[in-house]
Amino acid sequence: MADSSHNHDAHDDHGLAHPVPLKLLFAVFFTLVGLTILTVITGQMTFAGFDLALAMVIATCKATLVCLIFMHLKYDKPFLGMIFLFSVLFVGLFLAFTFLDSNEYNADINEWVRDNMTISQ
Amino acid sequence: MTPSTNTLERTNYLNATKGFMSWFWTIDHKRLGLMYMWSVIAAFILGGFFALKIRMTLMPGAVDFANQTAEQMNAYNNAFTVHGAVMIFLVIIPSIPAALGNFVVPIMLGAKDVAFPRLNRFSYHLWIIGALLFTGTFFIGNLDTGWTFYPPYSTGSTDNTVILATLGAFILGFSSIFTGLNFIVTIHKMRPANMTWFRMPLFLWAIYATAVIQILATPVIGISLLLLLVEKTMSIGIFNPELGGDPVFFQHLFWFYSHPAVYIMILPGMGVMSELFATFSRKPIFGYKSIAMSSLAIALFSFIVWGHHMFLSGQSQLMSVIFSALTFSVAVPSAIKVFNWIATMYKGSVAFTTPMIYGMSIIWLFGIGGLTGLFLATLGTDVQFHDTYFVVAHFHYVMVGSALFGFIGGIYYWWPKMYGRMADNAMTKLAWLLAFIGFNLTFLPQFVGGSRGMPRRYAGYGTEAGYDSFNYWSTIGAMILAVGLTMALGTLIYSMFRGRKAPSNPWGGVTLEWQTPTPPPEHNFEIDAFPVGDPYDMNLCEYKGEEEGFLPVNPRADDPCVADVAIDPVYFEPESENAPA
Amino acid sequence: MSSTTADAHAGGHGHGHDHPKHLAHHFETLEQQYGSGKLGIWTFLLTEVLFFSALFVAYTMYRAQYPEVFQFASQYLDTNLGAINTIVLLFSSLTVAWGVRNAMLGQHKMLCINLLLTLACAGGFMGIKYVEYSHKFHEGTLWGGHVDSIFKADPADISEDMKEHSHAWNGDGELVAVKDLDPVFRQRLGLFFAVYFCLTGLHGIHVLIGMILLTWLLLRAMKKEFGPDHFGAIDFGGLYWHLVDLIWIFLFPLLYLIS
Repeated sequence: MADSSHNHDAHDDHGLAHPVPLKLLFAVFFTLVGLTILTVITGQMTFAGFDLALAMVIATCKATLVCLIFMHLKYDKPFLGMIFLFSVLFVGLFLAFTFLDSNEYNADINEWVRDNMTISQ
Repeated sequence: MTPSTNTLERTNYLNATKGFMSWFWTIDHKRLGLMYMWSVIAAFILGGFFALKIRMTLMPGAVDFANQTAEQMNAYNNAFTVHGAVMIFLVIIPSIPAALGNFVVPIMLGAKDVAFPRLNRFSYHLWIIGALLFTGTFFIGNLDTGWTFYPPYSTGSTDNTVILATLGAFILGFSSIFTGLNFIVTIHKMRPANMTWFRMPLFLWAIYATAVIQILATPVIGISLLLLLVEKTMSIGIFNPELGGDPVFFQHLFWFYSHPAVYIMILPGMGVMSELFATFSRKPIFGYKSIAMSSLAIALFSFIVWGHHMFLSGQSQLMSVIFSALTFSVAVPSAIKVFNWIATMYKGSVAFTTPMIYGMSIIWLFGIGGLTGLFLATLGTDVQFHDTYFVVAHFHYVMVGSALFGFIGGIYYWWPKMYGRMADNAMTKLAWLLAFIGFNLTFLPQFVGGSRGMPRRYAGYGTEAGYDSFNYWSTIGAMILAVGLTMALGTLIYSMFRGRKAPSNPWGGVTLEWQTPTPPPEHNFEIDAFPVGDPYDMNLCEYKGEEEGFLPVNPRADDPCVADVAIDPVYFEPESENAPA
Repeated sequence: MSSTTADAHAGGHGHGHDHPKHLAHHFETLEQQYGSGKLGIWTFLLTEVLFFSALFVAYTMYRAQYPEVFQFASQYLDTNLGAINTIVLLFSSLTVAWGVRNAMLGQHKMLCINLLLTLACAGGFMGIKYVEYSHKFHEGTLWGGHVDSIFKADPADISEDMKEHSHAWNGDGELVAVKDLDPVFRQRLGLFFAVYFCLTGLHGIHVLIGMILLTWLLLRAMKKEFGPDHFGAIDFGGLYWHLVDLIWIFLFPLLYLIS
């Protein structure tokens, strides 16, 4: 498994892309495993309403590592990363508006169900 | 006499290879563009047939309203469903981007093809498959959910044709996504050396903004239709209140795409308008940057207003108010464009060619369409207008009057480049006149009827309702419109065989597509890099008579395609600091 | 960047220009080709994020509306299997990223090994998924509309052979019969599973597509088609695979770790 990463020119002749150092790939992998274990452990515990937020923070850290190193965004033009962030932004927009809406009318629906829905036992 | 820049008697992209497979399996963007164009026209005829069926049914006295059978009413539901679905998914959404965009964009960029030619071909094949699935529904049942496919009806008691139709729409969505993806990468990566973003023709800005919407919004309709399929076939429960689901959620999903979709329809038409107004006023477009920026603004704003389709669906009051307020913002960039086009004509040398006449009529048509949209954006008035013919008239003014007329105008504009023949004469203008009169006669009464409560998607009204005169004139108008559009198509087909042979630049445009012979060779350009300047600097070419059209003022010595001509052409004033390598 | 065409038809210009073997006819340089492919795949990943978005919106909506339902239903998912699957996918991301590096450096044998490892991980993931799914079908812990679901509002609608499976831990740590739960609550449990199956099902379909893609890349890699100036396909295929991993990184805590 000898790695000849240092045998080529300091800057690739073709300059198409930059190979990520192997050590970095493995470091990221083990960090990701660690974060997974962390999220499983904290998932069993309760954090006074912050459970979901904590899980999402950990997941976002993992996602950031995958994006920056595995997916090469750290070495690419910023525009590509912006595309990805843009897509997440639009999902957020979609989520926010739809969620706001359903939140507003769900109270009415639940009330009606409570009062009117009879299901045979 | 054949103009010197016309290649109909030489090798060009049309005759370079022959046979069905050389067309169906081509990766040449020009051939794909043409095939899209004819396919879209064929789908338009299909959708138009159903439109006429609707209008004939609504002609007062045509149907015995009191004794209508369930079968007749179901047939009517089928007619407006298929009309809507075919026109939206098969015609208007692909029309300008896939047909005109595919043909023009690479040439406008001085490139040989789009970034991913095989993906382009795949997009077209997906369109074919989607079209087959849609038409397949005719043979297996009665699609009657409306093009909006709302549950619980679509997931409940309607028959299984909705499965085939949503599958078709799903596949068409991918066709649209891949086209948009292709254009984004093409415009980012394949511009020539000096074509900075603000030296791009405005048609490219429009296509780019459209492509941004296509890639962001279309996946959402994809997943919505997939969920609908899963709901219908497997009763997954996401939209079914009996299983805890929420049918209004479907509407949020649906309109998150379908509102931006209407900007997919209109933005390319606006791009065509910018080209037409600049070229046919022989003036640079007024307010280039504001038109470019407004294209992007429309694309982005279009994503925050979808709830205005849901004011009466059970959407909360909070969100209805928010969406209503946000919807007003979308009107602003559109209005900016209209003012800029009109300002372009001011003190210009306006030529009343067929494409320009279509363009100018769009000012009227889009004006009405856009302004009536404001009535629908206003929450209070929309409560009255929702589900009436006011809405129907509004969206036909923007979708047909603006997007479709833009498509037709664009076809006439780039026709000489596509087929090397002119199609601009008394007959083409008469066709426009009939279409314009017919269109207005069809839809203006619908505004009035709608504001008086005439509901949409009803198979008939009975005389006591008082809508007879509106329906009568609307149907007459539809027949005139049909004649006009048929005539327009006829003039184009006639010109393919008998039209006067066109020079490479009959109109005097300065963008790159006019700097290649007509019809273009397979690889688009015969010469190497040319410097790119202002795409609207009309001084760079001058009129040399009807046969030779416009030729460059400063010719370039090495252009072999016009080697026969006494003047050696160059197409742009080379900018000294940016001379090509 | 100059835009000289390398067109053989051009009169006089660009003749001596060497057209690299892997350069498509419509591109002018390898950089342009690679850059276009990169932009293309990232744009496609953007569409994939939007494609999944509706399901994440559904999850958020329904979880916010029925938090106890989601909390209760989540216990039916095996956290251990989910965690193993997460690690498996993370490892597959490592191997495919390593494979991209191999392709860039012309290390053909390692590239094939890494692609094979990635495929194996993908297969492992689908295997575990199969175990989970078959368990659910056997137990009847399915979406409410399924004929064998134990989460129907009316216990009379639950098929006889499923009734024996329907036990669960309630909030007080007691094992109760599902049919004795509040009927509206029971019906809504089916909604959790609707969201679960849609999310993991769509994700699973993407894993399968990824496996087909990886197989195609492996076959080409075995023929030594990739090298330092021609590794785009591996790079872009790898990016797709990373997205599959990314989605699972979020799915796992959202579905399996609702405490």
